[in-house]
Amino acid sequence: MLKKLLDSMSPHVHPGGKHEKWYALWEAVDTGFFKPKDVTKTTAHVRDHIDLKRIMITVWICTFPAMFWGMYNVGFQANSVMADMGITQVEGWRGALIALFAGHDAASIWDNLIHGAAYYLPIYMTVFAVGGFWEVLFATVRKHEVNEGFFVTSVLFSLTCPPDLPLWQAALGISFGVVIAKEVFGGTGKNFLNPALAGRAFLFFAYPSYMSGDAVWTAVDGYTGATALSVLASGGVETVVNNGLSWTDAFLGKMQGSIGETSTLALIIGGGALLVMRIAAWRIVAGVLIGSFLMTTLFNAIGSETNQMMNVPWHWHVVVGGFAFGLFFMATDPVSASMTNTGKWVFGALIGIMVILIRVANPAFPEGMMLAILFSNLFAPLIDHFVVQANVKRRLARG
Amino acid sequence: MEHFISLFVRSIFIENMALAAFLGMCTFLAISKKVEAAIGLGVAVIVVLAITVPVNNVLYTYLLSEGGLSWLGEDYASVDLNFLSLITFIGVIAAMVQILEMVLDKFFPALYNALGVFLPLITVNCAIMGANLYMVERSYNFSESVVFGVGSGVGWALAIAALAGIREKMKYSDVPDGLQGLGITFITVGLMSLGFMSFGGISL
Repeated sequence: MLKKLLDSMSPHVHPGGKHEKWYALWEAVDTGFFKPKDVTKTTAHVRDHIDLKRIMITVWICTFPAMFWGMYNVGFQANSVMADMGITQVEGWRGALIALFAGHDAASIWDNLIHGAAYYLPIYMTVFAVGGFWEVLFATVRKHEVNEGFFVTSVLFSLTCPPDLPLWQAALGISFGVVIAKEVFGGTGKNFLNPALAGRAFLFFAYPSYMSGDAVWTAVDGYTGATALSVLASGGVETVVNNGLSWTDAFLGKMQGSIGETSTLALIIGGGALLVMRIAAWRIVAGVLIGSFLMTTLFNAIGSETNQMMNVPWHWHVVVGGFAFGLFFMATDPVSASMTNTGKWVFGALIGIMVILIRVANPAFPEGMMLAILFSNLFAPLIDHFVVQANVKRRLARG
Repeated sequence: MEHFISLFVRSIFIENMALAAFLGMCTFLAISKKVEAAIGLGVAVIVVLAITVPVNNVLYTYLLSEGGLSWLGEDYASVDLNFLSLITFIGVIAAMVQILEMVLDKFFPALYNALGVFLPLITVNCAIMGANLYMVERSYNFSESVVFGVGSGVGWALAIAALAGIREKMKYSDVPDGLQGLGITFITVGLMSLGFMSFGGISL
């Protein structure tokens, strides 16, 4: 029935029809529900009948493990803290929403999930609506198609937000990411920075008190708790373990942090699927791991009395903060990473080196993954350029 | 030694001439269309900075600063020639660029042709003047100014090479009419400096 409706609209929205302004919106709805007759014609991604649309949807689905764990964990953290502080009711509209479906028992998976969803879903819906608005606006005015890349951008952006983030800031961040970092360059595939990361970095520098520090990570007013990374920075591994967070907990994700980044396990499930399907480039992932490993070994060898981050071993670096999230979902963004195979190794290694360098040597920002990836995005075209030049030279020498 | 390494890293990344201080913008935007030319210009800037900053440091310490002439004798101890420092620095930079131009013309004619009119323009490149003035403002000694000169040159060269790489890639972008050319380049540079802000708090 929907198909009939959409098909009956078709002649009106195609160029020449009376509603041709709305073509972009119609096209997005139509191909979102039904397999399009004409698939992507000219991109580097054509290998079999999987096209850009399906790739983007796959990435979107692969974030689900991290997303659901994130919701559970946000609820779990909040409910545990509320039990400790003796609060039984969440204030405001979120509280009413939660009370409708569930209680506040930290032991109940359902309660935690609902509690987390009450924080995550509004953020996601805001991000999706605002970002989608810009996307459709640009697509309509500039007459290109709405691309599913936006599904990925919106879900990745919302997963990197702290649970407490005010919704207007989420809207502001995604607007910056979509408009300035992507659409002014002509839309998907033509930008050089990862739009989700650019939006987050914009918020990070514009409203540091909402995006970092100790107060934002648990969704309960008035409660402050440091992320594992900032505890690591101030006290080293022993303090973290003494606070009751073992390596396994950190790996599973029972700690505070941005919504989607806490569980390395959930991210490995989603990211592993991407790697197996060859959607994410394994060379980049391997490059990041090698680069960060070398850099950590170097810093461990130097050692330091005053800077605790110097002594943090590699297996801790990998499970705390946004490392795993950035590794699988941000660094492997096919648009803003290097394109050539050799370039991917270099690009990944650069990220790995930078993330450890920023974490260790820069006391202002305990988290380095976002900035390391942005920094490497800047150099990705240059890396490609040199790889291509080297290939050209080798071909010429071969005669 | 550690002090010099830290100064070097700081002048490349944290106090990046192009992306943190926004100096030398005219050449930065004009010569960043091709990677080869950008790297050539970057090298030229490194060379000019590596020579002029230490030379000006010597001139400043022994001629221009207050009491700098005291090695001439008691009578000159109170002489302050600071008001001459701007014109002296520009003179030194212009002379250096002139010499560099002749050397390039003689030994690297290809690079000389690629840089064209922009080589003389380094004379008035604010990144060079800025580095010299920073040297005075932060009262670096001679060896510090060598490290700082080379470091800020390398930082500037790195930034322009990265920008050239991005702009070569952006040939395939579909930029709105109103933003084409310089407009989108300004946005690009802004986003680049967002990436470089990751170094904002590094203390080495």
